[in-house]
Amino acid sequence: MSAQIKDPSRSSYYVDGDFYRTLIERFGDWQDDERIVNDHIARDMFRSLLEREARLLDQHRYEDWLRMFTPECVYWAPGRPDGGDPRTEIAVIFDDRRRLEDRVFRLRTGYAWSQAPRSRTVRLVTNVEVFSTADANRRMVRANFLISEFWDDETRRLSGWCGYNLQHAVDGWLIQAKQINLIDCDQCIRNPSILL
Amino acid sequence: MSGFETREAQKPGRTTSAYDWDFLVQDDRVHRSIYADPEIFAAEMTHIFGKTWVYIAHESEVAKPNDFVTRKLGLRPVIVVRDSDGRLRVLYNRCTHRGTTLCRQERGSARNFQCPYHGWNFGNNGKLRGVPWPDGYTQDIRDERFNLAQVPRVQSYRGFIFATLNMDAPDLLNWLGPITRPIDEWLDRNPGGKIVVCEANRFKYKGNWKLAYDNSSDGYHVIYSHRSLIETENRMTAEPNKGMAYYKNSPDSLAMYVQYMGNGHHFKDKRPNLQPRQGGLWALESLHPGMEYYESEFRSRYGERADSLLDLAGSEPVNINIFPNLSLLGNHIQVFEPVSVNETNAVWYGTRIEDVNGDIGDALEGINALRMRTQEGFPNFGEVDDLANFEQIQRGLDCLEDEWIYMNRGYGLPDRIKHNADGTISGPATDEVFMREYIKEWKRLMSGPAHLTIQREP
Repeated sequence: MSAQIKDPSRSSYYVDGDFYRTLIERFGDWQDDERIVNDHIARDMFRSLLEREARLLDQHRYEDWLRMFTPECVYWAPGRPDGGDPRTEIAVIFDDRRRLEDRVFRLRTGYAWSQAPRSRTVRLVTNVEVFSTADANRRMVRANFLISEFWDDETRRLSGWCGYNLQHAVDGWLIQAKQINLIDCDQCIRNPSILL
Repeated sequence: MSGFETREAQKPGRTTSAYDWDFLVQDDRVHRSIYADPEIFAAEMTHIFGKTWVYIAHESEVAKPNDFVTRKLGLRPVIVVRDSDGRLRVLYNRCTHRGTTLCRQERGSARNFQCPYHGWNFGNNGKLRGVPWPDGYTQDIRDERFNLAQVPRVQSYRGFIFATLNMDAPDLLNWLGPITRPIDEWLDRNPGGKIVVCEANRFKYKGNWKLAYDNSSDGYHVIYSHRSLIETENRMTAEPNKGMAYYKNSPDSLAMYVQYMGNGHHFKDKRPNLQPRQGGLWALESLHPGMEYYESEFRSRYGERADSLLDLAGSEPVNINIFPNLSLLGNHIQVFEPVSVNETNAVWYGTRIEDVNGDIGDALEGINALRMRTQEGFPNFGEVDDLANFEQIQRGLDCLEDEWIYMNRGYGLPDRIKHNADGTISGPATDEVFMREYIKEWKRLMSGPAHLTIQREP
């Protein structure tokens, strides 16, 4: 297979059975007190990364935000508070690299009526905890979020916590997986069309 | 009806005779108030969500004895339960003592429901089993009036559970009528003709529930309301041919059609746009996570069977709309839940398949994984834009003096509408004939009396 065909922005070969199994395993039982990284410099570095991510989204800098992810990434908002199994259950969102780029493309078309006019958001990211893994180049990070979103006469709050699987790459840490756990993920939500 | 002896007819507390229904619902337009008047909404909760069959749950959600889900019948909180004897019941979720909501879980398994307020305890057949200190009552606490109210008529059609409070409503099968054909076809393409409900994409919008039901066979809005979706789905193709791109040029000249199926049901059939071959459905799918991996895997492993396996993950291009609150589309079971005159929940339950006949084998995991991803596409990239438009209709309805909503596309054009031998009426893809017809059924139900009945176990 040529590199062109395997470009994850163009085609989706990496979302296979092993990918799902690894993802479920990594997000199964990772918040282990024994693995908390207490080094404040390391924690601060990851905190900065998440704060930058929040700012890029608030500023609608979606293309820059996409560059924070690895090429073979996943952006996942489960439909159940316990995460569930994306192979047998609908998720609120389950995007691979290409669909995440679709999501940004759609918002840029000018015809996404759910975002015309677009929402204004302010995101708070707190309670950042970093967990080591067996792989020195991989970290799991947990952070709580509160998104204040103004759209169509209403300011509403979306809240929950995110789990990140971060991978160390040549130019720093990249998001390989972002799991967005909305506290009301199994409830009806009005206009869920912003990037989370 | 076996097991029930008492009937309590609701007093006709709300009469709808004060409205001039022929003025509000005309041949080619309807008055704003049918979407905006809180009194009309209140009447709908008896005259529609009470008097006619209403979809309430899928049997796969209450597969085993004692399984339950909590739902609403209109605004009435109910427990849909398969009782310990295996019988499906729709119990009012309301303690007969003080009216407290009895069960607060969304789903589970329970032989009894105990009220958290004073501890009254009911079996899952609705019978009161016991209360704390019964010697404090002069009456016999076993009197049937203390058993839970329940919906007197609960019937299923191939897994879809419906309920009505109207003893005079036709039998479910007769009421469904010709719409059973597309329902059967929708199910029968899956192994064993079965599907299992598996989580949902859940939305709410600030608009009347009928705005969603009006839209569900609407082929006219697709190319504009869903422009961002269609552009996204086709961003990598030179000539748009994915998803609903077939609407792009002259949709009314294509073989796809809309059809009014009687009793308020309607149907939009886009299957004539498919290539008539195994894999024709899959060929229409836009780009989904894992698509290329599973497709190449299936082709190398299963050869010619790969096309039919991939079709099981593809979205069936139909909209099967069962009045007033159910819509089967793609692989979804969409349910409209009225909340108030200007608030509605739209829940898109996903479905997966099971290897009922044992011939899918190892492919099952991949088919379902792909099927989940194809189902997430439209709610994420299409439905959100429709809902934004429904909300803006509701806002427009606040213009009191500009009274009319039009359903007149195709109205009066000769030779455009076909009256079929089975009583159904069909028209080209963007015609609003289905809206004009279903709203007549709505008018018939709203303008007549509503004699509703609850029952209790003896």
